[in-house]
Amino acid sequence: MNTLIAVLVGVLFGAGIYLMLSRTPVRLIIGLVFLSNAINLLIFDAAGLTRGIPPIIASGAEKLARSHADPLPQALILTAIVISFGVLAFALVLFNRTFKTLPARDLSDLKATDT
Amino acid sequence: MISIAVISGFVLALFAPTIHRIKPSWSGGVLALLPLSLFFFFFSFIGEISGGTEIVESAAWAPQIGVAFSFYLDGLSLLFALLISGIGALIIFYSGGYLHGHPNLGRFYTYLLGFMASMLGLVLASNVISLFIFWELTSLSSYFLIGFDHHRESARSAALQALLVTGIGGLALLAGLILLAQAGGSQEIYELLSRGDAVRSHPLIVPMLILLLAGAFTKSAQVPFHFWLPSAMEGPAPVSAYLHSATMVKAGVYLVLRLSPVFSGSASWHTSLTLFGGVTMIVGAWLAIVQTDMKKLLAYTTVNGLGMLVFLTGLGTPLALQAAVVFLIAHALYKGSLFLSAGVVDHETGSRNVRELRGLYKRLPLITIATALAGMSMAGLPPLVGFVGKELIYETVLAGSGPGHLVVIAALLANTLLFAASGVLLIRPFFGRAAPEAASSRGHRVSIDLWLGPVVPAAAGLLFGLIPGLLSSAIVSPAAAAVAARHVEAHLALWHGFTPMLLLSLVTIGLGCAFYGVTISKETLVDRWRWLGSAGPARWYDVGLNALKGLAHWQTRLLQSGYLHHYVLTIVLTAVILTAVTMIRLKGFLIPTTDLQVSAYELVIVVLMILAALVAVCSKTRMSAIVAMGVIGYGLALIFVDFGAPDLAMTQFIIETMTVILFVLVIYRLPHYTAISSRGSRLFSALVAAASGALMTSLVLVAHGIREGSRLSGYFADNSLLLAHGRNVVNVIIVDFRGMDTLGEITVLSLAGIGVYTLLKLRPHRNSKEEQAQTTTSNEEQESTDH
Repeated sequence: MNTLIAVLVGVLFGAGIYLMLSRTPVRLIIGLVFLSNAINLLIFDAAGLTRGIPPIIASGAEKLARSHADPLPQALILTAIVISFGVLAFALVLFNRTFKTLPARDLSDLKATDT
Repeated sequence: MISIAVISGFVLALFAPTIHRIKPSWSGGVLALLPLSLFFFFFSFIGEISGGTEIVESAAWAPQIGVAFSFYLDGLSLLFALLISGIGALIIFYSGGYLHGHPNLGRFYTYLLGFMASMLGLVLASNVISLFIFWELTSLSSYFLIGFDHHRESARSAALQALLVTGIGGLALLAGLILLAQAGGSQEIYELLSRGDAVRSHPLIVPMLILLLAGAFTKSAQVPFHFWLPSAMEGPAPVSAYLHSATMVKAGVYLVLRLSPVFSGSASWHTSLTLFGGVTMIVGAWLAIVQTDMKKLLAYTTVNGLGMLVFLTGLGTPLALQAAVVFLIAHALYKGSLFLSAGVVDHETGSRNVRELRGLYKRLPLITIATALAGMSMAGLPPLVGFVGKELIYETVLAGSGPGHLVVIAALLANTLLFAASGVLLIRPFFGRAAPEAASSRGHRVSIDLWLGPVVPAAAGLLFGLIPGLLSSAIVSPAAAAVAARHVEAHLALWHGFTPMLLLSLVTIGLGCAFYGVTISKETLVDRWRWLGSAGPARWYDVGLNALKGLAHWQTRLLQSGYLHHYVLTIVLTAVILTAVTMIRLKGFLIPTTDLQVSAYELVIVVLMILAALVAVCSKTRMSAIVAMGVIGYGLALIFVDFGAPDLAMTQFIIETMTVILFVLVIYRLPHYTAISSRGSRLFSALVAAASGALMTSLVLVAHGIREGSRLSGYFADNSLLLAHGRNVVNVIIVDFRGMDTLGEITVLSLAGIGVYTLLKLRPHRNSKEEQAQTTTSNEEQESTDH
């Protein structure tokens, strides 16, 4: 399974980079989403995969049993998901505003700061 | 006490503009009181120091790396401190008159006082790191002072030139001082002075010497770095007098004198100093006599003086060091006076050209007396201190060992040329017959703040010339003893009887008169040599600077193209290549040996996600790409569910849904997909993307292979309930253990929210005229669509 996830991370990352190298604005943003998904998955997998048991302390127990999934990467990814959504929303609205002001279809037309 | 003396200058520098604003006409006099009192403060040490005492003061600065804020007062540093504070008082007083009414005079005082304090710190510092810092501070204040008339392009470029040359030398000096401190096992100069043997036998002695001398030679304008000093004459006259002749440029000389006990005996030390100093003193004097501008002429004689000092330090005998000390005093006195006089001449007549000025003695009698005394001292005529110095120099070279004749000839040549240069400066401009109309115009009276500065050092030169005994035991002996690291008894006298030195002096005068005659009568011949000043090193500096600018321009164009995809490409390619090379070199590819079984539904999810990624990449419409993006997001959530992360899955579901909604809302306002890139560049992008994907896959595998388990996770797992009273460990980490991080995250989200809101509400600002034009066109458009 780890090997499979590793391949998936590679595919998502590669697809994200390919989309970001494009000069079409929408592709750039979708590429950004792909990249953050790929990285979240990377953190998740790098910490080790445990099937099924969420890191919740059973009632009656004082501590988490060792067979549970690792809580730390989950906390990190949780933060990352939310932050990347913030970045995405801002980027999307920024492009929206940019193309309302400067109707350019090509990112390379946005080379200079003065228009 | 010494540290307070140094710091007081910096403190006063801060308040100088305020003091100047309160009473502009008195500010020069008031501010000069500090250097004056510092002069008397250091003067009071003369008895103690000449008795053989040395004073060390130290305060911890960064004890972990052995850096201390420490000061060391002995005969040599005392001599320099007296020169700096004494001449400093005169200069500041003079500046009040010279720059009277200048709008930036307050700032000028700040720079000047800051410089004085840095220079005092430099000559008094014992710790090599503090010495370096004061050294750089003097370079910096020199930069501000040369470029004081910053509206002139030439002043700015001269300031930059001085800063770059001395700054690069300063970096070399830092490296040299660190090497020295390591070789000698101490950062304190007073300890290093007695550890010369350890330093001289150190294997890195040659690089150390090169670095230290690079610092000293750039600062003290030795050939081939001499070109910055004449350019520095762009600064106002008091700056030229103080920094670029009497004190700052002597910092390099101070350094070689200071380190002389450490390196004395090393052949490369003596050879390089004698060689560079000898060449510099002849080149400087030669270039001086072909100048027409008084200040440029004086600048080149300063180059000559600095060369002479380095030359004498290189000879290194007790007699040579005595001669160096006497010449140092003589030079500071006459050169300070001459520069200030040149400033007055410029101020009163508007010209500094020695070929145009005539008969100044009628208009500026006091200045003429000062210039005559100082000029005669420079020429080495009795009964001035310059003569005493020159006799000592001749005595040194005649007694010298080694390449005796060569040294004698070099000294004779340098002094002869210097004599001629003094003549060019003094005779015609001041005593030549003036044109009738100029002679009749009697200049207005020169105010005291302008004449005091030139007169006092010139008079001091006369006094020390007539009674050289005043200097012998009080100043010269302790200073020379500090440099020679043994007891030195100086016996200075004006008249030694009929000696070989006197004969050489007479030869100097005779040859000097001949040189002067040629210079005056064959002006066109002389003009032909002036190009030498701007050729050579000055030219290399320009070429080097332009090459550096060209390199920076080329590199900026290469890296900062302005195209987003170039930046992404650069970042990705760099990361991929660096990581891949490292992995290949270390054979870091790992395939996990223990792997979880893949169940059927997991396989379906992963394959679906991979297919969706391919769809997103290949799709021709925006909507299908967004759908594919959604498939991947939800697939990710399913993976989270499968591997025990329900919180993640929930968040991912919500966020993915919102992302898709947001996209759909905005998408129709964004431009359509169009094929912009060429087929070739798409193929290239695909290759780069594939490489980065492959790298990521192998990184994940490596990370999995070397996983050691998290130590932190165990802590959270054990303490979640006991300390934070929560059973959901992930949530406890987020809201409790790492609560501050979450607060930061909330802040980021709120900022993004504010950004989104403002961008949506923003109405681009236009001025009314444009807006009107805009509305007219849009109306027309509306009409045309209506039709």
